[in-house]
Amino acid sequence: MKHWQIENDAHGYCWLTLNRADSSTNTLGAEVLEEFDSCLTNFSKELPKGLVIKSGKKNGFIAGADISEFLELSTEEEAYQEIRKVQKIFDKLAALPIPTVAMINGFCLGGGLELSLACKYRVALDDPKTKIGLPEVMLGVQPGWGGSVRLPHVIGSMKALSLILPGKVLDARKAAKIGIVDAAVPLRHFQHAVEHYLQQEPTTRDCGIWERFVQLAPMRAILAYYMRKQLRKKVNPWHYPAPYAVLDTWIKNSAWSKDAYKAEAKSIAKLMVTPTARNLVRLFFLRDRLKGFSKGHDFAPRHVHVIGAGVMGGDIAAWCALRGFKVTLQDQNIEAISATFTRTLKLFTKKLKVPYLINAAKDRLVPDPTGIGVRQADVIIEAIIEDPVAKQQLFASLEQQAKPEAILATNTSTIPLDVIGQGLQRPERIVGIHFFNPVPLMQLVEVVSSPNTDQMVLNNALAFVGKIDKLPLPVQSCPGFLVNRVLVPYMLEAAQMYAEGVPGIKIDKAATDFGMLMGPIELMDVVGIDICMHAAEGVGATVPEFFKSWVEEGKLGKKSGKGFYNYDSRGKRLKVSVDNDKPVPADITDRLIMRLVNEAAACLREGVVADADLIDAGLVFGAGFAPFRGGPMTFIASLEKKQIKENFATLSKKYGERFNADPVWDGG
Amino acid sequence: MSREVYIVDGGRTPFIRAGHKPNPLPAADLAVAAGKQLLMRQPFAASDLGEVVIGCVGPSPEEANIGRIIALRLGCGDNVPAWTVQRNCASGLQAIDSAAKDIASGKHDLILAGGTEAMSRSAVLWNEDMVTWLSTLNAAKTLQEKIYAFAQFRPKFLSPVISLLKALTDPVVNLSMGQTAEKLAYMFKISRKEMDEFAVQSHQRVMHGIKEQNYADEIVPLFDWRGHCYKNDNGVREDSNVAKLSTLRAVFDKKFGLVTAGNSSQITDGAALVILASKDAVEKYNLQPLAKIRDISWTALDPAIMGLGPAHSIADLLQRNQLQMSQIDFWEINEAFACQVMACVQALADADYCKEYLNSSGAIGNIDYAKLNIDGGAIALGHPVGATGARLSLHMAHTLRRQNAKFGIASMCIGGGQGGGILLENVAGVN
Repeated sequence: MKHWQIENDAHGYCWLTLNRADSSTNTLGAEVLEEFDSCLTNFSKELPKGLVIKSGKKNGFIAGADISEFLELSTEEEAYQEIRKVQKIFDKLAALPIPTVAMINGFCLGGGLELSLACKYRVALDDPKTKIGLPEVMLGVQPGWGGSVRLPHVIGSMKALSLILPGKVLDARKAAKIGIVDAAVPLRHFQHAVEHYLQQEPTTRDCGIWERFVQLAPMRAILAYYMRKQLRKKVNPWHYPAPYAVLDTWIKNSAWSKDAYKAEAKSIAKLMVTPTARNLVRLFFLRDRLKGFSKGHDFAPRHVHVIGAGVMGGDIAAWCALRGFKVTLQDQNIEAISATFTRTLKLFTKKLKVPYLINAAKDRLVPDPTGIGVRQADVIIEAIIEDPVAKQQLFASLEQQAKPEAILATNTSTIPLDVIGQGLQRPERIVGIHFFNPVPLMQLVEVVSSPNTDQMVLNNALAFVGKIDKLPLPVQSCPGFLVNRVLVPYMLEAAQMYAEGVPGIKIDKAATDFGMLMGPIELMDVVGIDICMHAAEGVGATVPEFFKSWVEEGKLGKKSGKGFYNYDSRGKRLKVSVDNDKPVPADITDRLIMRLVNEAAACLREGVVADADLIDAGLVFGAGFAPFRGGPMTFIASLEKKQIKENFATLSKKYGERFNADPVWDGG
Repeated sequence: MSREVYIVDGGRTPFIRAGHKPNPLPAADLAVAAGKQLLMRQPFAASDLGEVVIGCVGPSPEEANIGRIIALRLGCGDNVPAWTVQRNCASGLQAIDSAAKDIASGKHDLILAGGTEAMSRSAVLWNEDMVTWLSTLNAAKTLQEKIYAFAQFRPKFLSPVISLLKALTDPVVNLSMGQTAEKLAYMFKISRKEMDEFAVQSHQRVMHGIKEQNYADEIVPLFDWRGHCYKNDNGVREDSNVAKLSTLRAVFDKKFGLVTAGNSSQITDGAALVILASKDAVEKYNLQPLAKIRDISWTALDPAIMGLGPAHSIADLLQRNQLQMSQIDFWEINEAFACQVMACVQALADADYCKEYLNSSGAIGNIDYAKLNIDGGAIALGHPVGATGARLSLHMAHTLRRQNAKFGIASMCIGGGQGGGILLENVAGVN
């Protein structure tokens, strides 16, 4: 066999190791499953005393199904047949009359957990890398290889649904607590624990009387009603049908009915061929592609020096310390450093939870009022005010002090690299590492280079971004780079509508109904009116008059308590009263999205990023563009070219030349 | 073999006075805060240290061998040994002494030494009756036993043991530290007014020292991670004056006593660290020594007059190094109590005391108050017992450098009846 190794020990137990030959990660592709099936068939000839399924990879157990095979399926029927095939293999595993144990190290997700659930026992390695769950809904589908049936059997329907519906992933201890795995043990007991379960009776657990009660049809209906209500608060069923499909399947067929597996297969087959699933799967691969930019470079930074303890600088320093780097945070103003530490401690507490890890992260972050960290740092990130002269002076002094191989990076969002690099002995050392606000939530980081940037410096910057678990997007140095440049016309159009008298909340609703994670009005408040104004000026856009007066008045958005919306002292948005009878213009969405798409197309034409896929990735991961629509370029590609042109023509006739279609649309 | 030992750098947190509730940072956090900024500016890595030695009188229960905790948290790595020393009020000096010996003997070349104390966080304990009751209750098996054990409870079991008060009382002579100071005031006829004047002067000198940037070289800012940062010692009072101090009541000998909270050192949290290096290390890393450690002295005397310890150690240092008092440019005597510092000065100038107790044929000499505690002391800054010895040594090293002077002695009294002192020599070109 190519992917599996069988080893029979002296006690008559069989140890079956998955070590995918063609990949560094174990996933369940067709070939892997066929081999697994033949293993199981062989057991019918000679049954071992017990079976252990383990991974030959250090990074994890099984990451899930091989998603690339998804995209090859074209019809619902074809998908259904493929799903059933695998369900039958797992049924075979579940039917083995011997103790079967899944030995889970690292990730055990989706199909990996479904395989484990078909075992009698599961033992997880208690390690931060262990992640257990059924996150299929994140890809617009649902568990299909028996997961939505077997998980309720193991931990009860309510708990199972509370994991499957949001696609929640647990660490080993939580998984043990909730009962998905029988034990979470440290490495020193991993083998012992597996051997212990090999000697147990080959029975599955009974989930008790409460579960039988829950399984009654009227109970299911009542519970589903409330769960659906909860779900609606979080996701729109038109945008993300998958969790609703899971719930519907559960109501129609309890996990105990004999048709449960078939119902599951039907439901996922239907989901698999939806555009939502296709787009989300494509984004999954785009994420891998972005991660790929950081790989293959021989750069091992350990010390990050951040200059400027503003919101961005403080958050960047906190994030790097959280990710294990030694960090020096430089600012002459000690109070400014102190102010960032409050937020930093909140981040550490939320992410790390236990005091000793929180302390370790705090210890890695060194306040540095005098800039002594510059000399030792491997990566230096500037996050001071957006003033070209101040930045030029700073980099000139950094160049003198820093190690020759250290990365000199700027977090500027508006000033071209070549301007900042003026006056340096080696201007090719400067690179942009542009984070988005709020740093802990935004996965994307733009890595900005100009034609003058040294390739090695660029590669090292990409590698660094990968090492802090962010998604690097290589962009060319131009005003606003990719994300801000595309967002500015979209936000300004929203501001224009607001000035025309459309209530902000209606504009936001149109955007979120389209699928944006946050509406443009709220986004401007969160980012800050002053920052938006600066960004708009940076890309040479005309800034609405009221922005200027707001900034003068100190009406800066959420941070000042007043902006488009009003906020209380804790930053919570106050309710807005809106006259719902007043008609809302029908073209809000068109105006917002067409301007965004038009600018995105211009970026592509000018080569700000290498291709359309990267524009999609940038806007989805960096700006919260509707993920299920696959990004602006995928969205626009779903429309007819004729219709696109017509849309632009109508809008430019009505609102002026800012809606003139980009030359890209002229062809064909 | 005995090699030269240098203080090459040092840093301390601001000293934070204890309020009515515990300050936010535990002892280990204080030392880490000072140490990480100190180590960051060194040309060597934390892992290049030979060992870490930390003085601490009352680490919290989760800080067993606090020195090792601090070393690991400072990023010294798994392979740098670390230990904790305790000589009560001079624990920080003990750490420097222990480290200096390891360098002098050739065992190590580079050591991080100092002390830390979070006095505001010192433990409040159950009393013994309560502990006995709890263990009886715990051991009870049957319901009957449990009820019986439970019924044994008495409200007085709830009265707590304040460990800080216990630590500040000498169990052998049954006197609190303040009472030993009262005794010195009586012996040397020091009046309440003189003590209060000394205390006011301490505040004024600290304020002057801050203004002249005399503390800037040694203090690193301390962040409490709750939005506050301490840039300077916060015990000093600008508005301190004799009239005000005279209104305070005596705290140790109530009613007729002279020693008040105003003319005693403050209960304070803080950490102070120094880096000690051998000549080899100085050359290897191109370090700039602040001062050479010429000698460290430990002496002992009647615990009931422990406050005279500095006089004993000063005499010892002078005699052992064949120095005259006039050769010492600056002095530090830790201000545990105003009257205790004054008593030390008087004892050294008193021919009878010197003859009887200090092994001298006559009076050793007059310490000029203008050269003593020139930037104030613990009455205004506070006395975090683990840290003080390191603070005084570091401050003296900087003082010698600033004043372009050669010799300085820093000394302190030690609860239990001991004295400690360190003789430093400025090694920069002295005119």
